Amino acid sequence: MATDLVKNEGKHIHKPTAVKKETNWTKRVLITVMFLYLSIFLLVPLVYIFVKAFEQGSGVYFAAITNSDALDAIKLTLLVTLITVPLNTVFGIAAAWLITRFQFKGKQLLLSLIELPFAVSPVIAGLVLVLFFGPRGVMGPLFSELGIKILFSTPGIVIATMFVTLPFVARELIPVMQAQGKAEEEAAISLGASGWQMFVRVTLPNIKWGLLYGMILCNARAIGEFGAVSVISGRIRGMTNTMPLHVEILYNEYQFSAAFAVASLMSLLAILTLTIKAWIEWRAEKQQTA
Amino acid sequence: MKRKRRKKNVLPGFGLTMGITTMYLSIIVLIPLSMVFIESSKLGWQGFIEVVTSDRVLHAYKISFLTAFSAALINAVFGLMIAWVLVRYSFPGKRLIDGLIDLPFALPTAVAGIALTTLYAEDGWIGQFFTLLNIKVAFTPLGITVALVFIGLPFVVRIIQPVLENIEKEVEEAASSLGATKKQIFTKVIFPELLPSLLTGFSLAFARGIGEYGSVIFIAGNMPMNTEIAPLMIMTKLEQFDYAGATAIAAVMLVVSFLCLIIINLLQKWSRKHEMQGE
Repeated sequence: MATDLVKNEGKHIHKPTAVKKETNWTKRVLITVMFLYLSIFLLVPLVYIFVKAFEQGSGVYFAAITNSDALDAIKLTLLVTLITVPLNTVFGIAAAWLITRFQFKGKQLLLSLIELPFAVSPVIAGLVLVLFFGPRGVMGPLFSELGIKILFSTPGIVIATMFVTLPFVARELIPVMQAQGKAEEEAAISLGASGWQMFVRVTLPNIKWGLLYGMILCNARAIGEFGAVSVISGRIRGMTNTMPLHVEILYNEYQFSAAFAVASLMSLLAILTLTIKAWIEWRAEKQQTA
Repeated sequence: MKRKRRKKNVLPGFGLTMGITTMYLSIIVLIPLSMVFIESSKLGWQGFIEVVTSDRVLHAYKISFLTAFSAALINAVFGLMIAWVLVRYSFPGKRLIDGLIDLPFALPTAVAGIALTTLYAEDGWIGQFFTLLNIKVAFTPLGITVALVFIGLPFVVRIIQPVLENIEKEVEEAASSLGATKKQIFTKVIFPELLPSLLTGFSLAFARGIGEYGSVIFIAGNMPMNTEIAPLMIMTKLEQFDYAGATAIAAVMLVVSFLCLIIINLLQKWSRKHEMQGE
């Protein structure tokens, strides 16, 4: 018995060091492989965009982002984003409230339907909108009688972007609101707050970071959406070109420096998105430890 | 019973949010999407089959599925590794790396497309090394896979990370003190715990891969019967005003996407069960 114990103890003392050595070795290899992999797949492409953009000097760069076609594309992208993000935010809040605060039949189905746009190819999203709003579509004749052009114009691009970015805000809010629970809101209501007061003073402060996070993701995707918008825009220069479509045209015309210059603007926005996201996460962590 | 009902009705906004959610979803997504099945039914069964089984279309499906599958597989392996390193080890620059993982979500796909195409072209920064090995990347199915690996990279990492964080150290310590080797602990304790989320991440990356357009069309080169992907076939048919044909191809892709969704849902249920059992 006694010798057994001693033996076991000896093993125990010996073992951790062996494991530690092994871990140190695997740790180094794994970290190195990860660095290499991420450098090749993420870092090099990101750096490369800026290198290419400035390849022919800053004169060409600024000319590329300040000519009238580029400015029109930037304006259209901004307009589309400014319409899409608020609408999808309202939808996201409504959907998250509905799903996390009430019990009803078909809830699981509704959840799946909200996520549906993520599973549909953007090209198909564009196609179905062409079928629906096009001249042969269900709504096409109605809108053309009213004199509203949807296809190959700004409304079509907005709707396509709304389709593709619809789930973002809802998806971020649902887990946050689920975790929060509804006790605080119930307390507010039973103490006599109106629905709006409850929302502004209780719900909103609780969900603000998740909401902001969903909105910046929605924003990033709205700026960058290509497939769906490409189908529906008709690509009329200066009229229906968003920034990604402008990049495509420049690239196909072999104006590589100009294409990368406009691309670099969108990359800056992407970096900004990632920075805000990291900041939100850092805040949430700090709040948790505090 | 009465009490329960009253409790349910305390919070306001059921009608309002139900109205907004279903209206918005129907107008923007559901009704337009149902057009796919209406429009493709105009072809009749015979015509439908003819379109979706023509050589060029079949080849496009094959390319889309094969490249999406290989990319999702690569992402599953490296995603698991990256998640492991980010959760288990500390090293300088960790926060920066962790933030960078989401780049493919934030970067417009067309931007990624042109950057990868010029990088992997025969004389590009990365492509030149492949040229030495006599491998062409850009304008081949390999190039499409590279683009899809880029696009799908965050899916597996972001799904595995929280699960790995939640695995209790005690279980591993127990296994270790019972004499399990590091390898045994990983294959018998950790990996089974991660498997449902690993498969979910794989399916998400795969589903995204078959539908991806922006990052792929630049690097694919779009040669018929060679590097044409299914979404591009839809685009081509649309440009020829062959709406029914485009819709038929889309219908097949939609069915595959729905199957992916169902599988993902089942996997998530499975992983939830796993968690409950763990507790």
